[in-house]
Amino acid sequence: MSSVAKTTALPPALPDHAGLGRWGRIRESLIHWILFTCGVLSVLTTVGIVLVLIIESIPFFAHVSLWEFLTSTNWAPTVRPQHFGALPLINGTALVAIGSGILALPIGLGTAVYLSEYATPWTRAIIKPMLEILAGIPSVVYGYFAIIFFSPIIRWVFPGTKVFNAASACLVVSVMVLPMVISLSEDVLRGVPRALRDAAYALGANKFDVTTRVVVPAAMSGIMASFLLAISRAIGETMAVTLAAGANPRMTLNPLESIQTMTAAIVQIASGDTPANSPEYRTIFAVGLALFVMTLGINIAAQWILARTRQKYE
Amino acid sequence: MSELEKPMPEISVADAVRDRVHQTANISTSGIKVKATKLSVYYSDKQAVNEVTIDIPERCVTALIGPSGCGKSTFLRCLNRMNDMIDGARIEGEILLDGEDIYSSKTDVVQLRKRVGMVFQKSVPFPKTIFENVVYGPRVAGVRNRNRLMEIAESCLTRAALWDEVHDRLDDSALQLSGGQQQRLCIARALATNPDVLLMDEPASALDPASTARIEDLIFELKERYTIVIVTHNMQQAARVSDKTAFFFQGELIEAGPTTDVFTKPKQKRTEDYITGRFG
Repeated sequence: MSSVAKTTALPPALPDHAGLGRWGRIRESLIHWILFTCGVLSVLTTVGIVLVLIIESIPFFAHVSLWEFLTSTNWAPTVRPQHFGALPLINGTALVAIGSGILALPIGLGTAVYLSEYATPWTRAIIKPMLEILAGIPSVVYGYFAIIFFSPIIRWVFPGTKVFNAASACLVVSVMVLPMVISLSEDVLRGVPRALRDAAYALGANKFDVTTRVVVPAAMSGIMASFLLAISRAIGETMAVTLAAGANPRMTLNPLESIQTMTAAIVQIASGDTPANSPEYRTIFAVGLALFVMTLGINIAAQWILARTRQKYE
Repeated sequence: MSELEKPMPEISVADAVRDRVHQTANISTSGIKVKATKLSVYYSDKQAVNEVTIDIPERCVTALIGPSGCGKSTFLRCLNRMNDMIDGARIEGEILLDGEDIYSSKTDVVQLRKRVGMVFQKSVPFPKTIFENVVYGPRVAGVRNRNRLMEIAESCLTRAALWDEVHDRLDDSALQLSGGQQQRLCIARALATNPDVLLMDEPASALDPASTARIEDLIFELKERYTIVIVTHNMQQAARVSDKTAFFFQGELIEAGPTTDVFTKPKQKRTEDYITGRFG
């Protein structure tokens, strides 16, 4: 106790362990190591996952050439003869990511601009919690929501569409990424210095001019980063697209067709009864690695863009 | 009276008044550009400006001085209605620009702000090219002709004494300019809407002495064409650049008059205390 009493009596800005008793010092270093372990844990987990992906993929690529994996348009790992062309899966993932992006990005940006520039405190107080609820809905709920709500609408508008189709997956994923696009974009829009708006108003600009010609351009790189993170999230989305998009790996740009995404293919193999250590089983690591590289690349690009914005405005 | 003898005003301020190289405009013969009568500003419940009555002479530099929070910036921001955008701000009294009430319901705020330009304390170039910064005002006013915009950019940058430094890189980002250059760019940008009045809110307080000197020289040149109102914390600057000085304290206008008079024979004790550095 005496050491505690001593520390409280000291001025706050003392070097690390000065003035502490022996037990105080041990406690300090214990806390230090516990916190350090917490930090290291996340690093180890990341490294471990990446290592597993790589190590498990190596035997797969010994069996199937990387060239075939990346260029063949036939994905049939579980039927004989086997085919391991991941392109249809990449096609499916890209279709869902781009389709949901086309829907979510303009709506998200519009909402963000509204919230940051036009909304009254009252409307903000309603919309913001709604978005948080949207962000908190489990992805499996979104998945069957796509099947029982979006899919029938699409089938009504375009008769002949299958129950499982890329369009309903695009719609539902766009709803899922919307809260992220909005909150990240709104943050950067609100971060545009007030001085910049004032300067524009002082030049005789009206609100629309200030918003479209000053605020949005000033926040552009942050907005782009939020777009990229949303795309990356859409690429990695699993449950909803597995439920909504179907299980038909195919090369198509038609969103009304049934497709299979990379994530859905992993679910299919991992939850099926493929023998472990068979090439078809190892596809989950190869596809997983490909997914990881894609999302990592996009996330790095987003971080890089964000870092550049921060430099510009302190 | 000897022990109570007035302390000499700070040497540098006195020097600044004496050494004015440029001719002082005679503010008594100048027309009145802006006339504020019993102007009060409230932020929610707090009164920031209290019944200020002052004439701003045409084509002269009027300096507003006073300690932080004295209401001088708030007063300045009334002149182009920038306080309109602050939630809870309320304005009483009257401001006439060329005899017309700028707070009347008939006033177009957008037009007013084009006539009354403003330069801020922190230089805030838009994240655009130098060229696009200068022509922002004309662009939002609907000028599209590239040649016309180019003429505006050249003449405004020239008046803001920046043309020689940037004429060969108008398409570079404005954020690459130095602090002093950015501030002159902001002045050029304010000039591009072709205002009659230029409001400057501590335009040089974030700049180094050399850049400050350039801005002050520029203010001298600009008053040939424009009516300038400048808020400054820097007494020497007020003494150097202004023709008329107004001293604000706790939201009230304590004293206003020709700069030479205010600095050499202030009528009010508080003015004297402030300019001699006893407080503030």
